[in-house]
Amino acid sequence: MTTTEQPPTDSMRRFDELLRADEKIEPRDWMPDEYRKTMIRQIAQHAHSEVIGQQPEGNWITRAPSLRRKAILMAKVQDEAGHGLYLYAAAETLGISRDELNQLLHTGRQKYSSIFNYPTLSWADIGAIGWLVDGAAITNQVMLTRTSYGPYARAMVRICKEESFHQRQGFEIMVTLTRGTDEQKAMAQDALDRWWWPSLAMFGPPDADSTHTEQSMAWKIKLETNDELRQKFVDMTVPQADHLGLRIPDPDLVWNEERGHYDFGEIDWDDFWQVVKGNGPCNRERIASKVRAWNDGAWVREAAAAHAERQRRRAAGNGGSNGRSSGRDRDTEVRR
Amino acid sequence: MGSDVDPLLTYLLRLADDNLVLAQRLGELIAGMPDLEEDIAVANVALDHLGQARNLYAYAGQIDPAGRDEDDFAMGRSEREFLNAVLVEQPNGDFAVTMVRQLFVDAYQVPLYEALSESTDEQLAAIAAKAVKEARYHLDRSAGWVVTLGDGTGESHHRAQAAVDELWQFTADLFTADRVEDELSSRGVVPDPASLRPRFDGMVGEVLAAANLTVPSDPYQRLGGRTGFHTAHLGHLLPELQWLHRAHPGAEW
Repeated sequence: MTTTEQPPTDSMRRFDELLRADEKIEPRDWMPDEYRKTMIRQIAQHAHSEVIGQQPEGNWITRAPSLRRKAILMAKVQDEAGHGLYLYAAAETLGISRDELNQLLHTGRQKYSSIFNYPTLSWADIGAIGWLVDGAAITNQVMLTRTSYGPYARAMVRICKEESFHQRQGFEIMVTLTRGTDEQKAMAQDALDRWWWPSLAMFGPPDADSTHTEQSMAWKIKLETNDELRQKFVDMTVPQADHLGLRIPDPDLVWNEERGHYDFGEIDWDDFWQVVKGNGPCNRERIASKVRAWNDGAWVREAAAAHAERQRRRAAGNGGSNGRSSGRDRDTEVRR
Repeated sequence: MGSDVDPLLTYLLRLADDNLVLAQRLGELIAGMPDLEEDIAVANVALDHLGQARNLYAYAGQIDPAGRDEDDFAMGRSEREFLNAVLVEQPNGDFAVTMVRQLFVDAYQVPLYEALSESTDEQLAAIAAKAVKEARYHLDRSAGWVVTLGDGTGESHHRAQAAVDELWQFTADLFTADRVEDELSSRGVVPDPASLRPRFDGMVGEVLAAANLTVPSDPYQRLGGRTGFHTAHLGHLLPELQWLHRAHPGAEW
């Protein structure tokens, strides 16, 4: 990771001017160390969430109930890996490598969204994740398309387009289930019961307890607070649940005419912090599975490096006439 | 298959089942590959095979007297009714097994789809013309990886050779023919499977040579997939594929 020298005052002034003018901070621009660290932490956490997020949904690829659903789910999980790649690339513009980020994830020094520490127990969970989890993610990410760091904002524009497709497909699964058999309806209600509160917690702690919000808003990294975004999500989602004929598991949920918003119950923050601290239902499993895949793949990555090095030496030695590319290069030619 | 079944229907199911079963195997790997790029690549390849399966099932459904749809074919048939070659049902094993299996499939599908894109059956020709582009990309990737592994480290070379040794016995099944292929090839609808073998041997031979790998000397070949005589692995793959669909008869998803 690179750090920046003590700020010359005109650099600081220029940084503040860019923010004030709602212009983007670009990788070449001077930025305060704390801004850089915050951006790395946030983009990395987002990238890790996409990567770990492959697991709960990947869990249903082999069991999807129709070929159409299987194809959509495969494409969705693939999109998530793709989002992970863009986001790691955005983080790299801040002077940290993917290997470093990977290690930080594997050793628990960087987090991913706690929502992925819950298990996907039925097919309806695939619907609920698209509808609620991706719905909550979009609410946050639409804001981030206007965030102050240029590469992150631009990555978000593309990611939001795909996420909004994911959200629609999740809702469509829920529509199909709620119009289906009694068992399918029960499956859908059970999924909503389990995913509702964790989805609300995705927006982070209440504004009063959020350690990062104030500074992030000053830097225009965040443009809306956790509680504002959470309210927006609730207001958007309650009518959708009504449309589905599902009951949101919150006895305190009620429309407040005066506020023009839904009032809703208190999130169990003790439970939330337990999951953040590593004691959720799937924390151990998610990291163990990621680390296992990485370790199992070590010999493959070593082979690719050894082959590339041998090719480089061959090319240097004899003009490269024997050169063959690795699988990664996609330009291997087989005479067909 | 009873002798009254339309040979084209049987043929379409043989090809569709190859693709579905392989897509199912590759689907097991998503999120578990050596790096993120390979997670994306394996999902791509799986999606291509699944798409090819769906196109072939859709066509099969049009000529099926029972009017079955893609999910009836995929979810409703039992192990003895699946007609895929035994190669594609083999477990993923390590990355070398996955890639060598893919190489063998790709080196079979490229000449197959090229020939089918010239079929006298226009619909089959159209399906194959789309699939051949995908198969060529798959072949570039699998060939590249097999060379990389063969020419990588001592360990990767050893694993790649072990994969070739293990999977070679399932290659001849891809090229078996019975009266289904005989009848269709006599009308120019499909190629004679045996005619694809020289291209397969040429491409695979070139890749293995570049990878410094050799074909095992044991001539044994396990046949039978095309008539539903599978290895025991398929009987474990299908329940996972079909369970949810079968647990809710008649439900829409």
